[in-house]
Amino acid sequence: MPETKILYNPGHTACGGCGQAIAARLVIEAAGENTIIVNNTGCLEVFTTKYPESAWGVPFIHSLFENAGAVASGVESALKFLGKKEGTNVIAQAGDGGTADIGLQALSGMWERGHDILSVCYDNEAYMNTGIQRSGLTPFDSNTTTSPTGKESFGNPKMKKPVPEIARAHGIPYVATASVAFVRDLQNKVKKAISIKGPKYIQIHVPCPLGWRHEGAQTVTVARAAIETGLYPIFEYVNGELAGVQKIKPKPVEEYLKLQGRFKHLLKAPEQIKKIQEIADNNIKKYGLKLEA
Amino acid sequence: MKKFIEGSYAVAEAVKLCRPGVVSAYPITPQTHIVEGLAQFVADGELKAEFVNVESEHSAASAVLGAVATGVRAFTSSSSQGLLLMTEVIFNIAGMRLPLVLACANRAVSAPINIWNDQQDVMTIRDSGWILLFAENIQEVIDLHIQAYRISEDHSIMLPVMVNLDGYILTHGLEVADMPSQEQVDKFLPPYKPLYKLDTSDPMTLGCLAMPEHYMEARVAIQKTQEAALDFIPKVAGEFKKVFGRESGGLVEAYKIEDAKQVIVAMGSIVGTIKETVDELRAQGKKVGVLKLITYRPFPKQAILNALKNVPEIAVVDKSISLGSNSPLYTDLTSAFIGQDKVSKISGFVLGLGGRDITKDSIKQVFDKLSGKQVDCEFIDVKKELLEEEYAGN
Ligand SMILES: Cc1ncc(C[n+]2csc(CCOP(=O)(O)OP(=O)(O)O)c2C)c(N)n1
Ligand SMILES: [Mg+2]
Repeated sequence: MPETKILYNPGHTACGGCGQAIAARLVIEAAGENTIIVNNTGCLEVFTTKYPESAWGVPFIHSLFENAGAVASGVESALKFLGKKEGTNVIAQAGDGGTADIGLQALSGMWERGHDILSVCYDNEAYMNTGIQRSGLTPFDSNTTTSPTGKESFGNPKMKKPVPEIARAHGIPYVATASVAFVRDLQNKVKKAISIKGPKYIQIHVPCPLGWRHEGAQTVTVARAAIETGLYPIFEYVNGELAGVQKIKPKPVEEYLKLQGRFKHLLKAPEQIKKIQEIADNNIKKYGLKLEA
Repeated sequence: MKKFIEGSYAVAEAVKLCRPGVVSAYPITPQTHIVEGLAQFVADGELKAEFVNVESEHSAASAVLGAVATGVRAFTSSSSQGLLLMTEVIFNIAGMRLPLVLACANRAVSAPINIWNDQQDVMTIRDSGWILLFAENIQEVIDLHIQAYRISEDHSIMLPVMVNLDGYILTHGLEVADMPSQEQVDKFLPPYKPLYKLDTSDPMTLGCLAMPEHYMEARVAIQKTQEAALDFIPKVAGEFKKVFGRESGGLVEAYKIEDAKQVIVAMGSIVGTIKETVDELRAQGKKVGVLKLITYRPFPKQAILNALKNVPEIAVVDKSISLGSNSPLYTDLTSAFIGQDKVSKISGFVLGLGGRDITKDSIKQVFDKLSGKQVDCEFIDVKKELLEEEYAGN
């Protein structure tokens, strides 16, 4: 057997410190070479497949922005027809916009029909490929180009859409969140997911230095702070039951917010910080995140 | 074997004979019987295929895209709003050079919502790179589906093919037609041999981003293939005749035009009505005929010019219109004559929108008007009194 095939080549055109670029490599390396990837339109597809080059060492298809769920359903059905489904993983992956908004219908259909496919959402919390517009997964009070701050605005007025809950409501056997800051946890989850038959969903928090406005070298620090403040809970549902969480010693949310330009306007708005602290507190309570001494 | 069969079930049977491995579709009138028929074949074990019950036409088209990209022959079908919802994927399938066959049960487009026949739906995707075939009757519906896979999957083509059949008139009409045997179809249509596919033993990337330095060539390549298909489609029809023993398919079919002074150019089931009218008028001594387009894309310009070169008066009838301009086939046809030494008088007529009945009288009106002043876009059988109601300004 050849030792290590390169499944995801360097030399793609992502920005320095792109969380999604790192996470995508971690995902495919965990899934292994017997994997077919179906990718929605978005930064990842753009920076890995500029013709005539491709970063992908596994079969990869990109069709449109919202149809990875449906294309993957066709790929999986074709593999079944060919008798090749056993031993081949199918991953449908997309950004947060391609998952939570425009691609949700196709994903819902895929989950409901029970296809043996892992869907991965690279959650960089906005439409980055088109220039940092808000999506359904943009966090509360985030400054984006379509939820700008202004005299009457603190940024995005809505909370993150609970996509993991929506996935879970489909009765699928595996739903998890992960972060590019916790490599082993992320890769274990991918391995566990593909070992389970049926539809799986993993949502990975991936900082975007350009969109979140932090240094490229800070990607992991920022991602870790999201978890440590309780703003990005890391959990795992197996067959609908909460099977594990990443425990934390909660830090105040400012520790996360102050690292990023998209939240800069909040540092002089204690009322808003209080609201965001409430979001974190709710997460901590809901998922039992607090590490008891 | 001859059978008395509904058009939709004829599609289902013909497609079954072509052995697709994945079928995916979403219901819309008047396409439903086609996919119901296929679902039943799968349920009965008569067709070994994966039937993917998707949640929309966008996903139906996407699922078959994924299946073909994985190297498996696939089928889908839609109509009207469903085809419009698929539009984005329709362009994508052609651009990705994936062979596929889609049956379009032609229906009017909303608003007003209307489930009856015209051909406005297919006209919305005529620029997509798909090969577009039109059936006149149920026999042709069967034959064109079988030929469609041969055309689409040939390595010199690798483009999707849409077989158009008029909603209700053909989808729900019953006719006696010859349903080929599995043996014949297997002889004519070999298993799908993909040129490229998603395969873990030979990984490739499909659906790349093309920058301005590459995009245009990818589009020009489709145009070149469309041109090549003008030679290939008649070749496939020739081979079809060898196996099945009948003339079917090809680019155009001329009916009584050798000595004709007036010819109507048309596509689809309306051609049957025109042929009957032509017979009646010829019995009265009128020199009339009809030129049927079986292939609309690629546009068979030379075949049309050859057929019509000695015809002084040509009427184009469309069951669709480019609102604000003229009807699509009329525009195509008139442009085909540009630069010719002898240009016939060509008039454009629109009729039968949203299921408005097309009778022999409607066709006679077209021939009558063709003798008069040249017109670009004249509507046949329009109720003047209703028009006055419609416009608040009147
Ligand atoms: C139907 C359609 N609408 C809009 C677009 C434009 N578009 C392409 S990528 C993109 C944003 C992608 O955002 P996301 O899914 O979060 O991925 P990211 O680029 O942030 O990784 C948009 C809006 C498109 N390609 N297709
Ligand atoms: Mg995004």
